[in-house]
Amino acid sequence: MKLQLIALPAAALLLAGTAHAVEFKQVDAAKSSLAFNTKQMGVPVPGSFKKFSTQIAFDPAKPTAASTTLDIDLASIDAGSKDANDEVVGKQWFNVKAFPTARFVSTGVKALGGNRFEALGKMTIKGQTRDVVAPFTFKQDGANGVFDGAFVLKRMDYNIGEGPWSDFSAVANEIEIKFHVVATPAAATAKK
Amino acid sequence: MPSTDRYSAPAIGAHWIIALLILVAWPLGVYMHELPLSPYKLKLYSYHKWIGITVLLLFVVRIAVRTLMPPPAPLPAPAWQHKIATATHHLLYLLMFLVPLTGWLMSSAKGFQTVYFGVLPLPDLVGKDKELGDLLKEVHESLNWLLFVLVGLHVAGALKHHIIDRDATLRRMLPFGK
Repeated sequence: MKLQLIALPAAALLLAGTAHAVEFKQVDAAKSSLAFNTKQMGVPVPGSFKKFSTQIAFDPAKPTAASTTLDIDLASIDAGSKDANDEVVGKQWFNVKAFPTARFVSTGVKALGGNRFEALGKMTIKGQTRDVVAPFTFKQDGANGVFDGAFVLKRMDYNIGEGPWSDFSAVANEIEIKFHVVATPAAATAKK
Repeated sequence: MPSTDRYSAPAIGAHWIIALLILVAWPLGVYMHELPLSPYKLKLYSYHKWIGITVLLLFVVRIAVRTLMPPPAPLPAPAWQHKIATATHHLLYLLMFLVPLTGWLMSSAKGFQTVYFGVLPLPDLVGKDKELGDLLKEVHESLNWLLFVLVGLHVAGALKHHIIDRDATLRRMLPFGK
């Protein structure tokens, strides 16, 4: 009896999972976030970008066919204080006047087993393009697909923080980027 | 002169080390906060915080020393002078504790944890809160001006005893005095 109680909903879930092989395409910007951590004099200082847009297409049944594009409005940065925010939009850092957005375009997705994946792609910041590997997890939360990932970016690869700021003892080269993306199936698919 | 007329060696050591640290951290604090943001500024802020935390630690040591090895009895002087000296000393002790503490709290409230010597993270006793950070900055500054006045009074008193009264008040706190 007990087994049945568990087995039935489990089977139903499984069935639902295969029957609606949905593709998550509609990003919920309000629920998504893009944060980072820097180290200043050994002190961890968190920050985030308030404005970014993500295009995504992810079908858990065919993860390797997934793709994503991320555009970050660099001026929307919160680097921890007003002084820092004023500084990092400047020429030595992001130079947002000349390079207002940063862009990540995926070139492929690898399945690492379980709910773990790896997005490969090209990150362009301040006119510099570099290959990036971003491990992430995917989980379904009701109708939502939730992506969580983090990777380390070396700021000097993109000339972020030039001149006196290239002193890594003050601000470390390694910047940890953390993303949390919530997406729903595209409107058309959701109606099915 | 019997040795009990002098402060204990640990008390003398703590007194002068703290004095030196305050003499460095105080002008550093005044200087650094006006600087434009730069790696240099970040470094000075860290040095200032590390010095402050060192004072806080030495304050604890000093209180322990004072409890274990009580200071020598005050030298003869009018009662009102004893009162002022005692009050000044008590306030100085209080500030040796409160000035670093408010700096530490201000740091946390402004969202910058204090990491002692860049390796030992101190807990954030308050969360990031801009208004609290601004308030603590005011408190930290005001306490420092009070510290400035009290140190001035303390030095003036010591010199007055040494030069005018020609007594042992200062000598018994000097590291190499007899």
